[in-house]
Amino acid sequence: MSVTTELKEKVTQKGNKAIRLSEHIVEIVSDSGEGAQKCGQSFASISAKMGNGVWTVEIIPAEIQPPARTREGASGIRIRIGSEKVTNMGNEANLVVAFNEQVPYGRIDQSAYTEGTIMLIESKWAEEASDSIRESYAEALKDFNERGYEVIEVPMEKECLKLVKNPRKGKNMWVLGMLCEIYSRDIGRAEAQIKQIFRKKSDTIINSNIDLLHAGYKWAKENLDFEYEITPMELDEQLVVMNGNEAVGMGVIASGMEVCSMYPITPATSASHYLADVFESAGGVVHQAEDEIAAVGFAIGSSYSGKTAVTITSGPGIALKTEFLGLAAMAEVPLVIVDVQRGGPSTGLPTKVEQSDLLAILYGQTGDAPKIVMAMATIEECFHFVILARKIADSFRTPVYLLTDANLATGQQPFARPKIQRDWFAPPVDQSPWKEGVTPFNWDPETGLSKRPIPGQSGGIYTLTGLAHDTKGKVSYNPDNNQKTSELRSKKLATFKRTLKPPTINGEESGDLLIVSWGSTLGSIEEAVGLAQKEGLKVSSIHLRFLSPLEPGLKEIFSRFKKVMTIEINYSDKADADGITEDNRRYAQLAWILRARTLVDVDCYSNVMGQPLSPKKVLREIKQRINK
Amino acid sequence: MFGLKPDAALELPENYYVLDDYEKGIARWCDGCGDHAVLASVQKLCREEQLDPVKTVFVSGIGCSSRFPHYMNTYGFHGLHGRAFPVACGIKHRRPDLDVFVITGDGDCCSIGAGAWIHAIRYNVNLTVMLFNNEIYGLTKKQQSPTSRIGTVSNTTPRGSILPPLDPMQVTLGVANASFVAQTADWNPAHMHATIKAAHAHKGFSFVHILQRCPIFQPELVNELTSNRDNICYLKDDNGITVSEDIEKTFKHSAPHDPSDINGARQLAASEEKIYLGLFYQGKNKENYDDYGAHNLGVTVEEKTAMLNAEFDKYGI
Repeated sequence: MSVTTELKEKVTQKGNKAIRLSEHIVEIVSDSGEGAQKCGQSFASISAKMGNGVWTVEIIPAEIQPPARTREGASGIRIRIGSEKVTNMGNEANLVVAFNEQVPYGRIDQSAYTEGTIMLIESKWAEEASDSIRESYAEALKDFNERGYEVIEVPMEKECLKLVKNPRKGKNMWVLGMLCEIYSRDIGRAEAQIKQIFRKKSDTIINSNIDLLHAGYKWAKENLDFEYEITPMELDEQLVVMNGNEAVGMGVIASGMEVCSMYPITPATSASHYLADVFESAGGVVHQAEDEIAAVGFAIGSSYSGKTAVTITSGPGIALKTEFLGLAAMAEVPLVIVDVQRGGPSTGLPTKVEQSDLLAILYGQTGDAPKIVMAMATIEECFHFVILARKIADSFRTPVYLLTDANLATGQQPFARPKIQRDWFAPPVDQSPWKEGVTPFNWDPETGLSKRPIPGQSGGIYTLTGLAHDTKGKVSYNPDNNQKTSELRSKKLATFKRTLKPPTINGEESGDLLIVSWGSTLGSIEEAVGLAQKEGLKVSSIHLRFLSPLEPGLKEIFSRFKKVMTIEINYSDKADADGITEDNRRYAQLAWILRARTLVDVDCYSNVMGQPLSPKKVLREIKQRINK
Repeated sequence: MFGLKPDAALELPENYYVLDDYEKGIARWCDGCGDHAVLASVQKLCREEQLDPVKTVFVSGIGCSSRFPHYMNTYGFHGLHGRAFPVACGIKHRRPDLDVFVITGDGDCCSIGAGAWIHAIRYNVNLTVMLFNNEIYGLTKKQQSPTSRIGTVSNTTPRGSILPPLDPMQVTLGVANASFVAQTADWNPAHMHATIKAAHAHKGFSFVHILQRCPIFQPELVNELTSNRDNICYLKDDNGITVSEDIEKTFKHSAPHDPSDINGARQLAASEEKIYLGLFYQGKNKENYDDYGAHNLGVTVEEKTAMLNAEFDKYGI
């Protein structure tokens, strides 16, 4: 019995109503440069615009042009679509479009597929002149069948050749058409999407891509025996859909900041690309500095002059900026630093996700350099946290760090369209004359806060210095002064902490296990915790947005659970690994901080596989810890 | 009375700044240090140009000379070693109303800050830059600098330095978009003052290389620099740095040089026979990065809101 005949039995016949699904996970994998991501992003946007919940994860090889037809070169995208809000990438894919037979192995290595996964694979390799390619194609197909995938061969290039000369360019839009048919997507929206993404190209290119879209759609209608429908959500509010870096960019505009000073670094750069495109019309400028150090120096100069600035970077950039970030803390310069985290240390895994910069951010400076650190958990927070960070930076006269990661940077998710408020844009300080007798560091002894003069304000003249200084801003090597000013700078964090509320507990207020997490893992962890709770496990979770100062009340919350553990994407020794003892075990980054802060024996699970955590993996960890 | 409104009599005369208005504290440089002369000259410039102290910013890095902002009664930024340029560019970028000076030394500019220096020349932001070159590290107590002559005995080169010195003039003149490059010496206050004044008047990155004495760590050079008139040559041109005839007479040699001639300027900088003082190069119509920085100031909240709403529409569902 052929695969397609089997499929016919599994899915509804053509002409019947499409199968209704509550959610589906689609992957498109290809060699680099074949446009799988553009196809997937478009598919996600169309789905979001039709009212589905959406989450995307890009599959990015580390090199720009990795060798073709290799598992290391797998490039593409995963799109999880649902009838409800989708908060994470999910587990195994339900349907995969593969442009060759080698790239799926890059994903099979990550356990991305399972028995029953439908695999639509480019069939041209069966007719390739090279014996070895034909053989490896046949071998892989056999293997895929043995793994229980529902393999369907699709003559993608052959069909595209009917319309275009170079099917390698454009095949992605043909696949988009095919997917639109399979998932009953509105073809009109798909056309609009193509017009949007190719808006800077000629009409010829736009029309050619639209033709390919229709051809893919038509081919699927005539040749595939199944169709799905994913019921849209009941929308009672307007939504927008974008990725995390675009959300950060829009957040910068909405925050009223007018200077973004950056240096190109993966995976942070696209935020600045977005800004470079649109910022000028909102009165802003992107400064591409000569290096990471100059980028933050320029931002600090801008902030000092009264134009609070943002710098956007990733791990290696943070390492380079360290000295200036110490100056910002010492001289109390408001500044927003966005760190789109990637795998480290050193150059590490530039395109992959990790939450490995937390300790470097907290403790990266010499001396005591207090600062405020927040971490976004969703794309929506990528927007709103920038506005908040700028407000905090100005009111607390401090650098504020925002931690996102490669997962949020490229992931797309719909969220409530922000209602713009006037005071988001408010300038940092008024330009009225400085009050007579007020010193440039007129610290309030209770809060550590002080108002800062900016150049141009009469009466406010001072020389900012990174040296120890007194209330007049004058260099001071007086021992008592250094002790006192260090206390005052530190006090700002205590003051800020008083404005925070304890985290909300997801689940029961007490139980056997509490999961503590931060950053982009929120969706997977809450989904897994929800599943565990349904199975009757007494597990709850909290997700921290403020990491310095930490949200209050943690010790009390921890005391209500038998076990507490963090789940993170960074390195930790496994407790039962060879040679690892209670005495030498190194913990995940948040776990270290929580242990120190609460004196609770906080355990952890973390890995550095460069992948977002799947709910399945989290669930497995929960079960293991509870049963231990 | 006399046709004047009664309150006009109470109007204060226009505020006139005197030297005192620009002075702050007592400069803690060693006796005989060239920095004192530059400080006096800059304060005089401020008074001559009647610079508003609250609109004036002195930015420096780290080193002896970088203490400079602490002695100016203006806004100041005494930042990190080698990093004055990015900070100064960041200050000026969106604040065209501010008059920004950069004070840097040979270690600060030509060693740890070399990268930032090269790019600052190219940005050509409207800054008045003074490089205090005493050919030695002073604050950290006598180490060789990249501008030290071969054979300089220092604490890190006790048997004499072995590499040829880097010439700040040749470097600056070699960078794209260089717009004002001059050389002067701290022991000729009149020439130095005229040079700093011309630099301040120029719109763009005005680079003044100041040959400077360090009587503590390079005492053997002081006499050579200040007394040997044979190797110093005054560059004479109507468009260059002009000094009075009396001052001109203090130079044993002078040479004509058209400051618009960049190749000529490079040759002068490369000369091993003479040290030329004056304006090596001034370029007109160069790109100023701060013009771009300030091109869209003043967008209103309403405009920003409209722009952001349009973006949300674009990304709307």
